[in-house]
Amino acid sequence: MKVGIVGVGITPFRPSTPEFSWKELMYDGAQRAYADAGIDPRTDVDSFITCAEDYYEGFGIFDEFTPDQLGAVLRPMHTVGGDGIQGLANAYMQIQSGLAEVVVVESHSKASDILTFNGIVAHGLDPIWNKPLGGHPNYIAGLEMDAFLRGSGNTAKDCAHIAAGNRQAALLNSAAAYGARVTPEQVTASPALWAPLRSLDASVPADGCVVLVLAGEKAAHKMEAPPVWIQGIGWASDSPSLETREWVSPQYARLAAAMAYRLAKVRAPAGAFDLAEVDDKFSYKELQHLEALGLAKRGQSGKMARRGDLDGNGRLPTNVSGGSLGCGNVLDASGLHRAAEAALQIRGDAGKHQVDGAKRAVVQSWRGLPTATGAVAILGASG
Amino acid sequence: MRKVAVVGAGMTLFRRRLQETGKELSFEATRMALDAAKMEIGDVDAVIHGTAPDAFDGVHMKGEYLLDGSGGRRKPYMRVFTGGGTGVFSTIAGYWHVASGLADVALVVNEEKMSSCQPHPQSVFAHIWDPILDRPLKPNLVWIFAMEMNRYMTVHGIPYEDIARVAVKNKRNAVGHPCAQLADPNITLEDVMNSELMAWPVRRLDISPPSDGAAAVVLASEDVVRKRKLRDQAAWIKGVGWCIDSTMWTDRDLFFPEYVNRAAKMAYKQAKITSPRKEIDFAEPYDPFDYKELHHLEGLGLADKGKAGLMTREGITERDGDFPVCPSGGLLGVGNPIAATLGLKVGELYWQLTGQAGKRQIPNEVHTGVTQAWGDLMQYGCVVVMGA
Repeated sequence: MKVGIVGVGITPFRPSTPEFSWKELMYDGAQRAYADAGIDPRTDVDSFITCAEDYYEGFGIFDEFTPDQLGAVLRPMHTVGGDGIQGLANAYMQIQSGLAEVVVVESHSKASDILTFNGIVAHGLDPIWNKPLGGHPNYIAGLEMDAFLRGSGNTAKDCAHIAAGNRQAALLNSAAAYGARVTPEQVTASPALWAPLRSLDASVPADGCVVLVLAGEKAAHKMEAPPVWIQGIGWASDSPSLETREWVSPQYARLAAAMAYRLAKVRAPAGAFDLAEVDDKFSYKELQHLEALGLAKRGQSGKMARRGDLDGNGRLPTNVSGGSLGCGNVLDASGLHRAAEAALQIRGDAGKHQVDGAKRAVVQSWRGLPTATGAVAILGASG
Repeated sequence: MRKVAVVGAGMTLFRRRLQETGKELSFEATRMALDAAKMEIGDVDAVIHGTAPDAFDGVHMKGEYLLDGSGGRRKPYMRVFTGGGTGVFSTIAGYWHVASGLADVALVVNEEKMSSCQPHPQSVFAHIWDPILDRPLKPNLVWIFAMEMNRYMTVHGIPYEDIARVAVKNKRNAVGHPCAQLADPNITLEDVMNSELMAWPVRRLDISPPSDGAAAVVLASEDVVRKRKLRDQAAWIKGVGWCIDSTMWTDRDLFFPEYVNRAAKMAYKQAKITSPRKEIDFAEPYDPFDYKELHHLEGLGLADKGKAGLMTREGITERDGDFPVCPSGGLLGVGNPIAATLGLKVGELYWQLTGQAGKRQIPNEVHTGVTQAWGDLMQYGCVVVMGA
């Protein structure tokens, strides 16, 4: 059975949102998606999913606080301790298995409520081997960037190109929090806080909420928004321990892509897509992920960036939304945001950063430090 | 929709404090379940993980942390979380991994290590409340459940001894369970009724203990069951249902768990069950408190409202009774490592339906069983119906 995205809700991302609680942010995202799909959540939705982590939310059991603001009271609903694309995967499976016809997937970030963000990230490290070493957790990204550049042949300059380009691209996205005129030289001149990773190579947290409505084929055609079909979806994790995971070429991305490509029957990914949205929580991650997904040859992603292949009018427009560097890191909503962006692009509704003729897109997420978990979805105008 | 069977299960000891790390507990349960299913980790297409609050283990993104112990490395690995409901819910998530066709074999692993939380895991529950409306009152779980128990008793006029009898039955049932933490062959009704008063009307022996432990089940598609000749050790998942009620627990009448009732109706509809009490042979409802077993039996439509206590009094719910309830010994007898109660709920259904329950085997023949878990702020119900 075909499964489509039939409703998209994105709240504008902001460095902080003092006027809204996280609950109101969720409500805002949800009502946008429901209006887009033309549905009433109380009668037209079979199942609800939220993607969240307790420590980010500041609750012992965050699942308790999810139903009311989504219209999900006394309905099937659950939390995924994972990224938004993993949430999409659950919705996809519920529809494929016949348990539901219409499913809502929500994820948000209220990072501005988190007083000790880096402390929480560090709290995700192995409590015996790694956490006691202390330090700002971005050192892990610095080490990985070093391993990736040495192993792949890309350069720190290539990464600076991504860090500048994505912030520039975000100027065209009204939902982005950190659009700015930044040059690669400015990135290279920013402090190397976690060498070779520089401060402008890292995304910073933002607040925001993304809600998608999914439907099986029959229900999808009754919605107001045109369906964008999920042609394939995959997710995978490498080892959680820093010592035993692959550092140069991320296996979670390779395996998740292989699963999604298998379902979507994509044999040669390099020429298969009009658009890519891949995780760029750190600049080098975009290059690393493009190569792991088979969208660039090993060591060539940096050249693609410098040649302009990844620009809005390039060979493979990548992160034209601005990505996490330009929009802000919305934690586990990052992947759902990429899927939402790609769906709007395929519908032709992306506004100023619309890519002409976008019919098929690949989107990819990484859960951020200190994880080795990610997911991939293939979206298209046709099933 | 593809048929999905449980083909193997495993669980560790349940104890107040185990020496193993959470990863090691997950590994032990995983190894036992795979051995029982005659499989290796390479045969598993996807891993589903269930574990309750991160704050118990004191690790952010605890699902990520536990993934290598659970066999999730370099696999599609999914953590689902519905508070205490996770004990049964992770199997529902595993069910849709296989029923959808994305996986042929799915491994469901649940872990809980409450002892890492010092001095007592109750301190985590200080952070599960609305920060403005509830938290300043400094509530804890025992006293809100005392409110629910009191409401349930008051609405129906249920005497306390009808509730305390459940604790006696389950702690005695647990005597046959190799993992049990609080089995007691000699416990009497007077012991429960005279135990320390925690928050009226809840007494110490009305409550299940905090525990460490892990459990796992292996789910397989019909094709795999046939090809691997596992039919004799397969119990089929016939129906699944889940439901969440409002966060605002103060706004609902606590005497009846409507969310459990709706989850049950969803599962029964899929299982084509129209009169549950007649078509189901035994039940493993969630019993973290003794009154919850009764409350849940009513939510599941297995007893009329206010009448579940009579079933216990008349011996109907004993292991050799007409309708056995919690033949495993339940959370009250075996222990309550929140998510890992998978082994007492889905695990017990599996072992009973395939005749592998040993000393706990229900003497009457059983063909259909139902299990249920309960979670969040007296708010979450999930239900699985299984058949031989």
